[in-house]
Amino acid sequence: MAPASEEAYSARRPLSLRLALRHPRILRHVPAITLLVMLGPTAAGVVGTLLPAFGYLPALGGYAVSLEPWRALFATPGLGSSVRLSVSAGFVTTFLSLALVALIVAASQGTRMFALVQRALSPLLSVPHAAAAFGLAFLIAPSGWIARALSPWATGWETPPDVVILNDPAGLAMMAGLIVKEVPFLLLMTMAALGQIDARRSRQVALSLGYGPVVGWLKGVFPRVYPQIRLPVYAVLAYSMSVVDVAIILAPTTPPPLAVLLVRWLNDPDLALRFQASAGAVLQLLLVAGAIGIWRLGEIVVARLGRRWIEGGSRGRRDRAARGLAGLLAGACFLSVALGLVGLVVWSFAGLWSYPDTLPDNWTLRTWMRQADSLLAPVITTVTVGVAATGIALLLGLGCLENEVRFGQRPTTKSLWLLYLPLITPQIGFLFGLQTFLTAIDVDRSWGAVVLAHLVFVLPYVFLALADPYRTWDRRYAITAQCLGAGPDRVFWTVRLPMLLIPVLTAAAIGFAVSVGQYLPTLLIGAGRFATVTTEAVALASGGDRRVIGVYALLQMALPFLGFALAVGLPALLFRRRKGMTHAP
Amino acid sequence: MTTRPATAPRDIAPDPGAGLAVENLRIALHGRELLRLTTRVTPGTVVTVMGPSGSGKSTLLAFVMGLTDPAFSVQGRVLLDGRNITGLPPQARRVGILFQDDLLFPHLSVGGNLAFALPRAIADRRERRTRIEEALSLADLAGFADRDPATLSGGQRARVALVRVLLSEPLALLLDEPFSKLDAGLRRQFREFVFARARDQGLPVLMVTHDREDAEAAGGPIITLGAPADWE
Amino acid sequence: MPRLARVFAALLPLLFTVTSTLRASEPDPRDWNAVLEAARSQTVYWHAWGGEPRINDYIAWAGREVERRYGVTVEHVKLSDTAEAVSRVLGEKAAGRHHGGSVDMIWINGENFAAMKRNGLLFGPWVESLPNWRYVDVTDKPTVLSDFTVPTDGLEAPWGMAQIVFFYDTARMTDPPRSMRALLEWARANPGRFAYPQPPDFHGSTFLKQALNELVEDPAILANPAEEAGFDRATAPLWTFIEELKPLLWRGGRVYPQNSAKLRTLLADGEIDIAFSFNPSEASNAIANFELPETVRSFVFEGGTIGNTNFVAIPYNASAKAGAMVLADFLLSPEAQARKQDPEVWGGFTVLDLDALGAEDRARFDALDLGVATLSPDELGPMLPEPHPSWMTRIEETWQARYGAGQ
Repeated sequence: MAPASEEAYSARRPLSLRLALRHPRILRHVPAITLLVMLGPTAAGVVGTLLPAFGYLPALGGYAVSLEPWRALFATPGLGSSVRLSVSAGFVTTFLSLALVALIVAASQGTRMFALVQRALSPLLSVPHAAAAFGLAFLIAPSGWIARALSPWATGWETPPDVVILNDPAGLAMMAGLIVKEVPFLLLMTMAALGQIDARRSRQVALSLGYGPVVGWLKGVFPRVYPQIRLPVYAVLAYSMSVVDVAIILAPTTPPPLAVLLVRWLNDPDLALRFQASAGAVLQLLLVAGAIGIWRLGEIVVARLGRRWIEGGSRGRRDRAARGLAGLLAGACFLSVALGLVGLVVWSFAGLWSYPDTLPDNWTLRTWMRQADSLLAPVITTVTVGVAATGIALLLGLGCLENEVRFGQRPTTKSLWLLYLPLITPQIGFLFGLQTFLTAIDVDRSWGAVVLAHLVFVLPYVFLALADPYRTWDRRYAITAQCLGAGPDRVFWTVRLPMLLIPVLTAAAIGFAVSVGQYLPTLLIGAGRFATVTTEAVALASGGDRRVIGVYALLQMALPFLGFALAVGLPALLFRRRKGMTHAP
Repeated sequence: MTTRPATAPRDIAPDPGAGLAVENLRIALHGRELLRLTTRVTPGTVVTVMGPSGSGKSTLLAFVMGLTDPAFSVQGRVLLDGRNITGLPPQARRVGILFQDDLLFPHLSVGGNLAFALPRAIADRRERRTRIEEALSLADLAGFADRDPATLSGGQRARVALVRVLLSEPLALLLDEPFSKLDAGLRRQFREFVFARARDQGLPVLMVTHDREDAEAAGGPIITLGAPADWE
Repeated sequence: MPRLARVFAALLPLLFTVTSTLRASEPDPRDWNAVLEAARSQTVYWHAWGGEPRINDYIAWAGREVERRYGVTVEHVKLSDTAEAVSRVLGEKAAGRHHGGSVDMIWINGENFAAMKRNGLLFGPWVESLPNWRYVDVTDKPTVLSDFTVPTDGLEAPWGMAQIVFFYDTARMTDPPRSMRALLEWARANPGRFAYPQPPDFHGSTFLKQALNELVEDPAILANPAEEAGFDRATAPLWTFIEELKPLLWRGGRVYPQNSAKLRTLLADGEIDIAFSFNPSEASNAIANFELPETVRSFVFEGGTIGNTNFVAIPYNASAKAGAMVLADFLLSPEAQARKQDPEVWGGFTVLDLDALGAEDRARFDALDLGVATLSPDELGPMLPEPHPSWMTRIEETWQARYGAGQ
């Protein structure tokens, strides 16, 4: 359109139209604002980590740039093993989780199992990582629930066997703990992607060409799904390499993975270790970046080999075994989280519960009653901070996407992938730097700062969950509405938003769950003044009493679960008489 | 890219301003010209645009609606009843469109879909309700206002979509392969219904289709756009 | 939209406002009335380990009392590791916040205290101006003045006494070993049934120090810095002992528990037979909490066990220094100390000299029943002093290189 004629017409337009035209001026800036809000803290944090890594931290007398922190870092005994452990945990967890997800979806799409998997997802996603790890640890330990159930009558173990299951040197227990939580996350992302590529029909075509369901899916659908879930896969890779809470519970300790080592140094009373820890954080950052690069190369190789396999035409008709395996593994994932959680719930009502009793000697409400008084305040803080962070994330995310739809791809829009940086940047890599920065400008320990810190982690997930449904939504609905006389704002509020209500609410639920789970940002940025269920849970977990851990694990799970329940229930209620709305896009 | 000259419509309506006019339209993509067109659709007639994929049919419709993809470079004017609407946003043009899918809003009832289209100027609630009921009866859909669109048959949905676009009081109607998804019997029936309503209301209709039968049934002039050079 | 933006702009500073950052003038500890005056309506953010519900309850009680009596509000910031608070103060110093800091008081001792003192992160001296200081037992409990041999210099107020106590389940074993050498013999007969937390965990390091104390030729040298005393020669017997013990440990020494809480869990799960803690009441507490069976009992080594004192300190940039001093003084009061020692409440041993108390206060302590699994002060035996902190650092480094770094 010619700008000159736009001016000429504006005078004749009705007021609402003129307002609608003024909006874009704000809307146009949303991507830039979003990038600033997100990258500002991340960049400040990374700088705040980089400087001490090269010896600059005046508060500790570090005024000169030096390589001493790096020398100290590389002189750490066992650093090589720590790094190897982190890297192998990252690759093994990511690869197995992805393989498992592919197998589960390949075997279950179009069957009753698919609906079952779908239904199990949100409860699984609601379980915090640490709680799942605690639950798993109690399940599989030599004195754990499984051993208790079988002892001594079947095993003859009067005392638990002295075998290494947890904290094994190869990190298998940690990988297992990560996989059972990453599989649901990747499943969610995969299922969202499936809707956009018409996977159902592709699968039917493959079946009609004589392919077995699993092979047919892997050959016909997976190559198109993968690009859509690439970012989540990288996020899993980065997370598994830098996880702390799960590692503390399940990872080996001699030596621990790099991230645990870093936290230990950062918390060491010997403040000089700060320099070395910062150098380690930079190393962690580089490792993650390198691992993602290697994974990317792997993708190219696999794609090339895969094409040959696909074009080879093998049908894989006898895939009953593969399907059985998929069901078994999906079940194992679900059960290990669910049973672990049940174990913690039982603990929260347990009196004395010694080995080898399968259930506690006696039951008591004492643990719950003792915590009851102190539960309310953290719950309120958790909810208010979570709702605020999620709300802002939704606002910014929708603003960016709406901007993209209305004005097309623009430079700021194109750089939106930068939003995912916090997802793949290890938290310890920049949180301490961010804390110093916010303290310097004197806005730390305020409610707003805590919300902002949460936002940095919430927004990428919200955007991730929102972007694809938004972009693949049939734009002809919008065109139709516009031609019926509706301006862009009316289209947004009355057509696009209601039609996308399910993905929008799902994104909100994911965002809220992410917010609920934040420990370090809440503690560091809030200066400990904002007690959430998670900060309380972590503090109490350091006391090691499974009863208390059970109470808080349940609470930590209940809040996100409520969010997911609303995301499912609200549209179902609102659109209970609209069959066209029951299938999420 | 070469463009074949479009067949110019033969009949020009007596009132030189009435109807939909596309003047000196030139559409190019990455510096290559896709099409060049001047045409006029008089009230109550249907101009059919035919041509293979990639010949610029959709871009032509987008231009008339005011939704040209910024990737295309476009010159030319579009006039509606003599008024230059080239610079107007889509919602202010009063150009209605029907796609091959009915695109009924799944979150609204049938009546809600129609109310969405009804101009705001009709403010009285009872009046709005009456207008909707009337429109539904005309399409043999009396009493359907509270129904969920998902529970309607294909033919019923197509009719609701037409009623919806007509309720928005357009001054021109665009049809983007509107009949291609309907089965043969229904197709003829619905086509006649659409053309009849357009004639009744004296709407200029610009139709894009692959189907010669549609073009013949329309009875108006046919513009055939050329294939892109790559196909030759 | 512009109006919305204006409203937002007006609200923005509010959202980022920090409660109570009023910059008060530095209180003078010697003028106690002025301290009380300044403390009124202050909020004290007390950063303290929050892993034990009963301790959290005690802190909440103390907060309520101080609010009722002196108008000081106490907020317990529950930490999973005390170093988090140290980091916080350091971060604020790095950012140039020398006033109005977010940490008003820290529950602290040992290396954390030494580090804060060394880096000038503490306020004071203030401790000896506290009215209740006069009850503190400075003669029989010398550790109230020297924290891991580092002089406290009035920078931290003693709060409780701690001493290593071992515990075991009488239903599973009798006659526990009462020295490091006996422990090694016992482990030979019962491989895989003993563990110590992985250094540099506090308890793990203390186990090494306890062993060093027993095995070193002349324990007196441990009071001096490790370098001067000849670290390698002095610790040679320790490493021989640890080397012999390692294959006999739980999981063959390939995995170590993280901390003493984990140690207690292992005992409860029947994975090990002997655990230990710095809290003499731990076994009784755990029994009351259903964490350990009622048959668990405590014991100490014949030659004594390492003991120390834990303290509360005020950071140099604290916002509510007066309030923190008032709170610290209350924590030292016979009433608060007696309640703390009550095993029903917490079971933490007092730092006060009971002979210095008046009859009424004395009676509060005498009335306490310490619990079945708690040793009386007499049974606890001699308390060994902590070595100079440099020993701990060097021992941790050596252990880390030998056992913590894998093969």
